Amino acid sequence: MTQPPDETASLRLALAHVSKSFPGVKANQDISFGVRPGEIHALLGENGAGKSTLVKIIYGVQRADEGEIRWDGHPVEIPSPKAARKLGIGMVFQHFSLFDGMTVLENIALGLDEKVPAEELKRRIKAILDSYSLPLDPDREVHTLSVGERQRIEIVRCLLQKPKLLIMDEPTSVLTPQEVERLFDTLRQIAAEGCSILYISHKLHEIKALCSAATILRAGRVVATCDPRTESTRRMAELMIGAELKSIERPAGTGEARRARLVVSGLNMPGEPPFGTDLKTIGFTAYAGEILGIAGVAGNGQAELLLALSGERRTASNDAVKLDGQALGHADAGRRRAAGLACVPEERNGHAAVPDFSLADNVVLTARHRLPLAPSGLIRQGAVDAYAREVIQRFDVRTTGPAALAGALSGGNLQKFIMGREIGQNPEVLVVEQPTWGVDAGAAAAIRQALVDLAARGSAIVVISQDLDELLELADRLCVINEGRLSEARPVAGLKLEEIGLLMGGVHGEAVAADHAHA
Amino acid sequence: MLYLSPLIAIALTMLTGMLVFSAIGYDGFHAVKAIFLTPLLEPQRWADLGVKAAPLVIIALGLAIGFRANVWNIGAEGQYVMGAIAGTGVALLTHDMTGWWILPAMALAGVIGGAAWAAIPAFLKVRLQVSEILTSLMLSYVAVQFLYYLVRGPWKDPDGFNFPQTKMFSGDQVLPAIAEGSLVHLGVPVALLLALTAWFVLGRTVAGYAVRVVGRAPAAARHGGFDANRITWAALLASGGLAGLAGLFEAAGPFGQLTPQFPVGYGFTAIIVAFLGRLSPIGIVFGGLVLAVTYVGGEIAQSTVRLPQAATGMFQAMLLFFLLATDVLVRWRLAFRRGHAKVAP
Repeated sequence: MTQPPDETASLRLALAHVSKSFPGVKANQDISFGVRPGEIHALLGENGAGKSTLVKIIYGVQRADEGEIRWDGHPVEIPSPKAARKLGIGMVFQHFSLFDGMTVLENIALGLDEKVPAEELKRRIKAILDSYSLPLDPDREVHTLSVGERQRIEIVRCLLQKPKLLIMDEPTSVLTPQEVERLFDTLRQIAAEGCSILYISHKLHEIKALCSAATILRAGRVVATCDPRTESTRRMAELMIGAELKSIERPAGTGEARRARLVVSGLNMPGEPPFGTDLKTIGFTAYAGEILGIAGVAGNGQAELLLALSGERRTASNDAVKLDGQALGHADAGRRRAAGLACVPEERNGHAAVPDFSLADNVVLTARHRLPLAPSGLIRQGAVDAYAREVIQRFDVRTTGPAALAGALSGGNLQKFIMGREIGQNPEVLVVEQPTWGVDAGAAAAIRQALVDLAARGSAIVVISQDLDELLELADRLCVINEGRLSEARPVAGLKLEEIGLLMGGVHGEAVAADHAHA
Repeated sequence: MLYLSPLIAIALTMLTGMLVFSAIGYDGFHAVKAIFLTPLLEPQRWADLGVKAAPLVIIALGLAIGFRANVWNIGAEGQYVMGAIAGTGVALLTHDMTGWWILPAMALAGVIGGAAWAAIPAFLKVRLQVSEILTSLMLSYVAVQFLYYLVRGPWKDPDGFNFPQTKMFSGDQVLPAIAEGSLVHLGVPVALLLALTAWFVLGRTVAGYAVRVVGRAPAAARHGGFDANRITWAALLASGGLAGLAGLFEAAGPFGQLTPQFPVGYGFTAIIVAFLGRLSPIGIVFGGLVLAVTYVGGEIAQSTVRLPQAATGMFQAMLLFFLLATDVLVRWRLAFRRGHAKVAP
């Protein structure tokens, strides 16, 4: 905090006593840290720890109430992202702002502050792609690209401005292991050329592999600064959540014979235009007491598969989806839920939950089929509130109560609520897509533990996730979805990471896959 | 703030009306006073207010259910007319009969007539994805022309000196007054009862929940097992049925027959009522009263300040205009920037 002046002067970015409050919340309190030139600096913290607010202050989206920001030793004001870019700060957001129907070049041109002629821009993009040996075709339309390639667009967009500080917000959450490696090579090269990188992630082993300094935030304050190369991941996680991290406990099996609960066979479904993926003869069986993992890079049919299983889209054949022998392919979402097949889609806002409804109202959305919340069509508000309160308490949802609007919760908190809402109903089969996406380490561990416990009670669980670590930790068997086809499920024990990665890469990540095949 | 904007809109309407009518040579202050205050200050006008508000409230309740579910029925006027026509059909068939059952039968026919007219846009929307905004609006004009045809042709009163109008309804066919000698007919308490019912259904039942969730988050509704097509049908049938009932009440109440003057635009005015009432059934009761005030006050202003009849419509339109404008400004902040827009980061 009180660094000698000469050291502050040598820092690329230095924050001193930065505070920011919103009505009712102190998002950042007295935050001080510095990033050296060419350093890859990790910013660690749970959801709600104040990372995004801090980054928004640095990138000029929000203004600090108090404190000072120094840039190359000089105090600066950053009133807007444009001003930030002018200083030399670039940011790659977790959610890309790209137009699917436009080409890479057009997307980059749209994001630039100054107008550059198309030919000139193309030349400059090519130069960057070459110097970082990034495979990306400027004339491809975005919807044909994999997530890794889309991320490269954002990175190129930043590099075009010749940044001196690059902020990366959770950049690996949707990448295959090979893509992650490739990204790290790029980031190391960028840093080696003198550009500082502020790297935000929950994945501690990545931070260990990539970063040379880390600032850990908790509840809006800096709780520790460390060198992640020498600190253990467990210790960093504990600093982050301020408590000891619980390992997932696997209760002893129920001793039940392998009983097939969800049987999917010959599931075909055309994707919804324009960018939907067709599902092609998908088949798998989820057994009682097991967690089946479905890996895959985003956009390979995961969302479509979830809709087909939840009943939001019906299958052509009634027998394509069977729960405990009961054909449900033609049943709607409500009937499937009543039968015990519950699903949680990836998108929280507007799909799994209604943001401008209260938590209690969001309970009615999916819990009314299995719980007596509205027998005979009249909503029993008392029972609804009681169940909402139960979920909030059991899953440690940080909120004011059942009357709070779902949209007012942070992403991780809302995810805890949604997962709790489904798990609390004791479904026979639970299908979840990205159960811990954007959720902090502590909450993710709680959600995973709840899934393991539910499986131990004899339910079958299907986890569709792009996070391989999560699948390897949770799943008993694993299959991979690629271009709407599902590979055979194989026991996780004895699976090689590269193998899964190559399956995931499929045709989409051909460049990546090819590179590795030649290596 | 969202609940304050109707009040701001009313204030702005009064202010602007005062300025505009002063500018073109009327006594602006007294015009606005006559339109907005006199009907409230003179107790003998209150019955009139209730009678004018009742159909507006009944129609707006149905519209609000649809609007909540993202179903934009703009053609309540047509459903209102068709409801009146269907009810009048029953009245003409039963003209020589007596019995307590005749009026309920007419009311039922009114509901069915309005709902049937709204079923056409519902079918086109669900089956062919045709915008209900266009179809329902266009069907209004068809309904009005159909009314003109009936009162000038097959339903013309043979003893009516060739005037284009139906027979006057019989004693068992008109809405009774709520008290001896009062102008206030049965439709007024029914409107209040319907408002309470709609409030209960929207807030406390799964059906009402379905309407709200389909409108707010269609994907979440599908996830929760609600069928958006079914909600579209239900919303259009409900709003058509209520508009039809309002039409029948108007025919069997103040009119007592059908004439070419029957369509006065209540179906359109009710859209303003629904928005003024924030699409909430209780709010709509107040919204209906405000618009009723402008109708009654408009008539007062015609005789006292010699304002043209069109002034009423102008005030109502200003009300909607200011309401929509304040809603936009309450929700969004204006930002003026130079240069070309950039893509948000």
